[in-house]
Amino acid sequence: MPADRPERPLRVVLAEDSVLLREGLVGVLTRFGHEVVAAVGDAEALVAAVAAHAPDIVVTDVRMPPGFQDEGLHAAVRLRRERPGLPVLVLSQYVQRAYAGELLDSGDGTGVGYLLKDRVGQVEQFVDALDEVASGGTVVDPEVVRQLLRRRRDPLARLSPREREVLALVAEGRSNGAIARALVVSEAAVGKHIGSILTKLDLPPADGTHRRVLAVLAFLRA
Amino acid sequence: MTVWRALGGRGYLGSAWPWRATAFLVSGALLGAVVLVVLVSGAVVGGALAVVLLGLPLLVLTALTGIPVAAVERRRLRLAGVDRVPAGQHRVPGRPGLASWLTTRLREAATWRELAYAVLLGLVLWPLDALAVLAAVGLPLSMAAAPVLVAADGEAKVVKLFVVDSAPAACAVAALGLALLAAGAYVLGAVAGVRAELARALLGAKDGDSERVTELVRSRARLVDAFEAERRRIERDLHDGAQQRLVALTMTLGLARLDAPPGPLADQLAKAHGQAGQALAELRELIHGIHPKVLADYGLRAALADAADRSPVPVDLELDLPGRLPGPVETAAYFAVCEALANVARHSGASRAGVRGGHADGRLVLQVRDDGRGGADPEGGSGLTGLADRVSVLDGTLSLSSPPGGPTLLRVEIPCRPTDPNAPCA
Repeated sequence: MPADRPERPLRVVLAEDSVLLREGLVGVLTRFGHEVVAAVGDAEALVAAVAAHAPDIVVTDVRMPPGFQDEGLHAAVRLRRERPGLPVLVLSQYVQRAYAGELLDSGDGTGVGYLLKDRVGQVEQFVDALDEVASGGTVVDPEVVRQLLRRRRDPLARLSPREREVLALVAEGRSNGAIARALVVSEAAVGKHIGSILTKLDLPPADGTHRRVLAVLAFLRA
Repeated sequence: MTVWRALGGRGYLGSAWPWRATAFLVSGALLGAVVLVVLVSGAVVGGALAVVLLGLPLLVLTALTGIPVAAVERRRLRLAGVDRVPAGQHRVPGRPGLASWLTTRLREAATWRELAYAVLLGLVLWPLDALAVLAAVGLPLSMAAAPVLVAADGEAKVVKLFVVDSAPAACAVAALGLALLAAGAYVLGAVAGVRAELARALLGAKDGDSERVTELVRSRARLVDAFEAERRRIERDLHDGAQQRLVALTMTLGLARLDAPPGPLADQLAKAHGQAGQALAELRELIHGIHPKVLADYGLRAALADAADRSPVPVDLELDLPGRLPGPVETAAYFAVCEALANVARHSGASRAGVRGGHADGRLVLQVRDDGRGGADPEGGSGLTGLADRVSVLDGTLSLSSPPGGPTLLRVEIPCRPTDPNAPCA
């Protein structure tokens, strides 16, 4: 069942203050063939480690010493400002639109992920999300997505229930193929839905792989 | 600064204080005269008509005269430099409505004490006020007018006692009058001071009472603080302890599932994994309910947006808040709105709710409205009474209007100032 070897091994910098979780995460990442080049316990060390190792991706907790506020998140936002395009996956204990929004607003919204820590237990899902973010995708935790779906407001009000469903899966970072499998429809149907979503959200065709990301952002801000 | 202190200082004559003392006494005399007329006519007419029952409401009304009189007196005291006399201990009626207000008023001592003051003012104080003004101002002025009178009529009768008919004598009388006027200014100040002290002693809250009340409020505030600190500690303990361990456990179980060969063991592991995941989700909700992190990190607006997201009933949010408000205010307001939204979801049958509010004139005002069936009863053991207590510790109010058939409207008002107007409002 496991797809043990990733398409490309990633060099990861990990920031998590709980030793227990840090060791666990290192275990999971190593198990899937990635390399943790640095595992640190606070935001300062995270910034230093990124400068020292130039990793492929950063995985960080939101709440970290010394203040146990949202230091990890702010460090992530700062890192992305200094190094546009640096993929960052933030792990949070909370379903929080505010946190996710701040993160996604940093840079152009590509190569970011916001996952609940619970999701780390679903090791395969977690590692898939890691790969997705590392390759420039946007991943938002299904729980956040579920909450957002409850609020039926513009511009999402224009979407049909099916289209909302598709957009939610896009927000979770799934490919068209994966969405087709999840909804048991053809990939062409998914493509059609996405086309109609992009039209309804006023995202005209551009040279745009990023349009999916923009749709997710519109979804988050709605 | 009171008139007393002004009397002791230099430049009293040149200051506004003699004028203020005069204004205080003159207005007191006028007010007292009016009060006398009202009291006497109220008592006489009411008493005469009491036989045919018509007079009873009039008598009750007369008995309440003390309340407005006391209110006017407290304001008038500012003329004598006595600022902010704490109002007497009028209780807030338990229920809305005139009947409840009347019974509360008629049962409490403050009403009768104020009536007693009104009677005292109408019968004794105002003639004294008038007399003081006449003696200290009228007498010297009439003496000072002597030269004019002599020039006009050939003679002037000074204080109806002796007659002056020559210009030098008239001038001497006038000089004496001016000197007396200066002395009179001091007399007026002293009388106004005594009068103000008397009014304050009779109308102000009793010292013992007010001290006990502040002490009480302080200790309640301490209790709420302690309660908040404890909440935070529990939240942090759960977050740093149990939650982290559970995440680590689900991670271990997830890895174990990967490596387990298909069979009963893998099934058991899957089950355990699922249960651990559920426990984690429940724990997360629990921690959020204890103290949402977003409230501390991003403030009331973000936390309320989050609460609106979570509500099963769609919520329209319209907020106009400055950056951040003091922590206890944000917490109390947040939990009040959450409780209201929870009640909307549980009891109201509403299809839509709205949270509106903002900060203006030094007050945070939040309103939660729903289109449900109404009839909410705050006495019915709802969590709102506890929240009302918490809001009241911050000098705020929490009110609920929920007529049968709806709509239900909950209103939270807390006086406060933004802590940092420049802070970003997420």
